[in-house]
Amino acid sequence: MEQILALLIGVLVAASVWLMLSRNVVRFLFGLVLISNAANLVIFTGGRLTLGAPPLIDEGADAPPALVANALPQALVLTAIVIGFGLLAFALALVFRAYTALGTVDSDEMRLAEPREGEEGAAKLPARGGATPEMAREAAE
Amino acid sequence: MGSATGEAAAHGAKPANRRGQGLTWVPAALAAAIFAALWPAIPTVAAGEVLRWGVAWVPSLGVNFSVLLDGLSLTFALLISGIGALVMLFAAKYMEGKYHSGRFALYLFLFMLAMLGLVLADNLLTLFVFWELTSITSYLLIGFGHADAKSRRSALQALLVTGMGGLALLAGFILIYTVVGSFDLAVVLASGDVLRDSPLYLPILILVLAGAFTKSAQFPLHFWLPNAMAAPTPVSAYLHSATMVKAGVFLLARLHPALAGTDVWLWSLTLFGGVTAVFASVMALRQTDLKQALAYTTLMALGTLVLFLADGTSAYAITGFMAFLVTHSLYKAALFLVVGTVDHGTGTRDARILGGLARAMPVTAFAAALAGLSMAGLPPFVGFIAKEVLYKGAGELPLGTIVTGFALASNALMFAVAGIVCLRPFWGRPRGETPVPPHEGPWQLLAGPIILSVLGLALGLMPWLKQQALVSPGVDAVLGRGGEARDLKLWAGVNLALVLSLATFALGLMLYAFHVVLRDGLNRLGARLPSLDAGWDRFLDGLKALAAWQTRILQSGRLVNYMAVTFATLLAGLGAALIATAPGPIMLEMPYLLVKEWGIALLVLAGTGVVVSTNSRITALAGLGVVGVGVALIFVTYGAPDVAITQLLVEVLVVVLVALAILKLPSLEPETGRRRWFDAALALGIGGAVTVIMLMVLDVPLDRRLSEYFEVTSWPEAFGRNIVNVILVDFRALDTFGEIAVVAVAGIAAFALLKTKIAPAKEDAR
Repeated sequence: MEQILALLIGVLVAASVWLMLSRNVVRFLFGLVLISNAANLVIFTGGRLTLGAPPLIDEGADAPPALVANALPQALVLTAIVIGFGLLAFALALVFRAYTALGTVDSDEMRLAEPREGEEGAAKLPARGGATPEMAREAAE
Repeated sequence: MGSATGEAAAHGAKPANRRGQGLTWVPAALAAAIFAALWPAIPTVAAGEVLRWGVAWVPSLGVNFSVLLDGLSLTFALLISGIGALVMLFAAKYMEGKYHSGRFALYLFLFMLAMLGLVLADNLLTLFVFWELTSITSYLLIGFGHADAKSRRSALQALLVTGMGGLALLAGFILIYTVVGSFDLAVVLASGDVLRDSPLYLPILILVLAGAFTKSAQFPLHFWLPNAMAAPTPVSAYLHSATMVKAGVFLLARLHPALAGTDVWLWSLTLFGGVTAVFASVMALRQTDLKQALAYTTLMALGTLVLFLADGTSAYAITGFMAFLVTHSLYKAALFLVVGTVDHGTGTRDARILGGLARAMPVTAFAAALAGLSMAGLPPFVGFIAKEVLYKGAGELPLGTIVTGFALASNALMFAVAGIVCLRPFWGRPRGETPVPPHEGPWQLLAGPIILSVLGLALGLMPWLKQQALVSPGVDAVLGRGGEARDLKLWAGVNLALVLSLATFALGLMLYAFHVVLRDGLNRLGARLPSLDAGWDRFLDGLKALAAWQTRILQSGRLVNYMAVTFATLLAGLGAALIATAPGPIMLEMPYLLVKEWGIALLVLAGTGVVVSTNSRITALAGLGVVGVGVALIFVTYGAPDVAITQLLVEVLVVVLVALAILKLPSLEPETGRRRWFDAALALGIGGAVTVIMLMVLDVPLDRRLSEYFEVTSWPEAFGRNIVNVILVDFRALDTFGEIAVVAVAGIAAFALLKTKIAPAKEDAR
């Protein structure tokens, strides 16, 4: 099953890279979700798989039975899941905010910080991009 | 090659800043005090003792601020402080009443301290720090007339060329450290055999030579030195003849016991030094500006010095090196100061105008004559003795014929240049109107040239003084063993060296007689040759264009391009790592799996396919949910129920949150275009690489030591029966705390972002 999961991880990573390369920031978000899952699976699979034996210590015993699942990657994945969720929540808020402020989800149209050359905004700014956010914001409107 | 009219005008045109004016004599006095303090060390060092003193500076890096006083460093330190005192005295008068003369005196003094630190350093890193300080102070001094674009360009050029050399030098020092395990010079110098046998010897040598050759202006990196003559004359006299440019030569001499004695060393120093010497002498003949002519003869001297360091063992060659080093510093500094005095007294340095100055400037003419005779190598001056020893040394070298040829050609040319610089301006009739009627300089200007040139005569008549105090201890230090210095004699009998000297004089006289014709001829020729100076400009322009080009490519302002560059770099890194490890064939086995395992795998696969292919927001969301649930099922199947619970919880939250937001976002549009084909290729590449790496990881036996530690200590030490939970809240509790903090910060930030949506951007800006 480990090898099957390795293939599955490859598919997940490829899909998320493809989504993250999209101009549409919503697709980018989907890619972020998928790549978090892929990363968690990498950690989990790296610790090897043990079918149906959670790392628990029986009542009265000092140590778990011999063939028990690897606890360390599980702990790491647990942390990673929660952090991944935090990241996603923030990214989602950012996308949402960007859409309400700029009216687009196309990252090519979001040019506040780096206006296109020859655009109104670029022309007004000093040559080496000393743009303040206010100036850029005005320029973009 | 620049106008020869006085820089006095360029610097004097600005309103005088009188601040610090009364204190400009202080540096000269301090330099003299340093000289006097070093003086008592002469007998001790001459007796073969090596004085060391140091304190820990950066102990963690093994860097000590330590001083090493042996024959080589003492000779250099005496020259630096002694000539420094005279030059600063000169500078105090020369710059009097000019723009920021106080600042100028300070720079000059700082430079002297840096230079002293360099030659006295007993640690490679300390040496490097002072090496860089000399580059920086020289930048300030060359660019002192900062209102002039030419000055600024020359200063920057010198800084960049010597700075690049400095970086190479640092790399070389670090390589030396990796070989011998210490930055201490004592250790490095004692490990010559280890260094020479090391496979890193060649890189070390190349890097150290790059540093030394840029600093000492060896061909083809020489062009910054003549340009550096844009600096006020005292700077030229001090930095660019007597001291800084000799730092490279000093370094080669210092590391001579550690690095010399191989064929690469022999050939590279012989060729670079020889070519520099001859090329520079020819260039010197071309100049009409006295200062430029002197600048090129300095290059010639540097080339000669490098040439004579080429051999690893010949005591004669090294004696010649030390003798010529001292000699050259004496007469060259004197001549630069003479030229400064002439400039001060007449307002010009143009050899085509100047003539017959001896009547108006008798003292200057006297000093010029003495220094010039020494430079021409006539008896009984030190220059003669140095030349004799050089010829004798040349005969001893394995590449003797080549070295003798280089030395003969450059000495004859030097003889001619001595005539042009020291004879013509002072004797004969005036050749044209000088901007200012010629008048003698005040004593502060004359002290330096007189003392230095008289010293050149005195040491020529009493060569044993120079031998004992300066040359022999230096030879011992360079060779790394004592008592081998050859004698300096004024009359050594009729021998090959004397014959060569006579040939030099004959050739030199001829060159002098025809130098005007030669100059014009060379100038016509020179105009057709490619100029390295212009080449430097093209190099810089090219560098800037490259920077602009790669910035345009890499920083296009489009997020997708940034992502593509990032992922392409990732793929390149993964690919390189895979190629480097060269994995053997990985056995893929068809596993016997339960139906539910296949089912889960297909579920995740299907979910992924849906997310990638759909254009509907809700369908994509459903696909994401399927993938998340699939992953949770994997966790629960393979013994991780806690993880599965968390995954499910988070998955539900994600779907709910995204669903809430996504309904307010516009629907997805289908994506097409060639660009996406490239993206797909990139994505497949990375996915494939990750799979291969994952398979390689699975091929390696698992190290379970850490897990076993947690398993056996979980109950006895932490009193928990759920090992995963114990790890999270006990063994790695701080990690969990950090995780909570991250989520909290993300939550606060997201909240802040969403909260501000009420005030649209337009209102913010206005």
